[in-house]
Amino acid sequence: MPKDVAIVGVGQSAFVRGYPGSIRELAFEAFREAMQDAAITVKDVGASVVCSAPEYDKQRTPSGLIAEYLGLIPQPTFIVENVCSSSTSGIRVAYSLIKAGLHDVVVVLGFQKMSEITSQDSQERMGRGADIMFESPFGTLMPAYYAMHARGHFAKYGTTEEDLALIRVKAASYGVLNEKAVYRKAVTLEQAMEAGPVCSPLKVFDCCANADGASCVILASADKAKEISKEPVYILGLGAASAPMNVTGRNTFSGLDCAKLAAKEAYEMAGVGPQDIDVAEVHDCFTIAEMMAYEALGFAEPGKGPELIRNRETYKEGKIPVNVDGGLLSKGHPIGATGGSQVRTIVLQLRNKAGAIQVPGAEIGLVHNIGGVGIYGNVIIFGR
Amino acid sequence: MGFERFGSKSFTSQAKVSEFVDYLDKGELAYTKCRTCSQAYFPPRADCANCLGNDMEWIAFEGNGKIVTFTHTMYAPTGFEADAPYTIVVVELDGLKVLGRMNKEVPVDTLSVGMPVKVEIVKLPDGQVTYEFLPA
Repeated sequence: MPKDVAIVGVGQSAFVRGYPGSIRELAFEAFREAMQDAAITVKDVGASVVCSAPEYDKQRTPSGLIAEYLGLIPQPTFIVENVCSSSTSGIRVAYSLIKAGLHDVVVVLGFQKMSEITSQDSQERMGRGADIMFESPFGTLMPAYYAMHARGHFAKYGTTEEDLALIRVKAASYGVLNEKAVYRKAVTLEQAMEAGPVCSPLKVFDCCANADGASCVILASADKAKEISKEPVYILGLGAASAPMNVTGRNTFSGLDCAKLAAKEAYEMAGVGPQDIDVAEVHDCFTIAEMMAYEALGFAEPGKGPELIRNRETYKEGKIPVNVDGGLLSKGHPIGATGGSQVRTIVLQLRNKAGAIQVPGAEIGLVHNIGGVGIYGNVIIFGR
Repeated sequence: MGFERFGSKSFTSQAKVSEFVDYLDKGELAYTKCRTCSQAYFPPRADCANCLGNDMEWIAFEGNGKIVTFTHTMYAPTGFEADAPYTIVVVELDGLKVLGRMNKEVPVDTLSVGMPVKVEIVKLPDGQVTYEFLPA
């Protein structure tokens, strides 16, 4: 179990609709919190990795602008983009920079101000996150792709719309407790089932909301972490994989192969298995995405994901608590910031500082962050 | 040139596989197959990822396919608003998978995974050309 790189600081802005400021100011909110958490100064930082899906930004090459505003000039800075999984890919890069010995401390800053463009334009950009030659001309969009995976899961395993609704009910019950979430109301099973259709079989409450937000994760070498941090949280394993962007190249519509491969790699590197995970944050941009994550991560056998949620095993008191911060479904999904927000939740859990959502005695945590509809998969395992 | 004529709205002007559009004009949906290693591709490719060759032949799909998965979307991205609602479908055809839309007249509640469908070429009034699926 490697313990070469640690997280020494985490921060997150509130995720909101229509942030009343610029992207540099939004980024600073997460950065300030993470730097204060790490109790370091900008002189301690060796490099910054800025993570964003730039099609939402009017600012070209935002890494330079953001690094300047954060006070991280003249250190090296660059952008990492992997759509919805940008900031966990940024963490993978930061891990490599530290493990290679190039830097001791690296800041990973993820942000997105999605409200700069309309929801329709946002869908158009997301639609172009598919194969623009052979898929986008049909008017494809993100919820449609996940909906086709829901249909695939239903057809293969008999999963129902109610199973998906139960995932939203769980997420909302924790969103109520999360001051940084965009959606903070409870959702009943009846509300979720009676909501209007988006892309069948997915309905309004099966989908997360666009949001503006920023996250910041500060990584350090183990030696540096011991020197500056009282409660470092170590990266025990990382896995990453990709799958064909054009869904016609996929083997299955009942799961995401990139997530399965990334999980296998992360578990092997960490020397742990699904049964060892005390708390997990998974990429629930849609309810079906969380259902597929249960199975990709080995929390349930293929096809048995519905039983986990029916038996409330993914609630805080269950066998494997998942998304007890409300998940993307409640928090909102500011593309470039999302993975960093998931990591923050797990770090707070492993420090025993997660407040009302604390899973008692959590020692090993997992983050599952997906880019596009299973184009990119990142799984990271953390421990104290 | 020529690929901008594919679909009600294309995002690509030039492609080495623009013969795809010529086949649609002839009323056929076609894929490519590598003459060197026999690997078949849909979407069609000019280059073979299997053997690195680029000697491709075009083959028109024949016969019926079956639905792999589908969704009926109430919303559409910018540029497709007038089309909504519509049904997006993935079909298995001659051992390959093809993404497209179902014909708009086909009620979504009549569809199911595994259902047989046929492909039909659609020529749009503005000169664009595409394809759609109908129950077989």
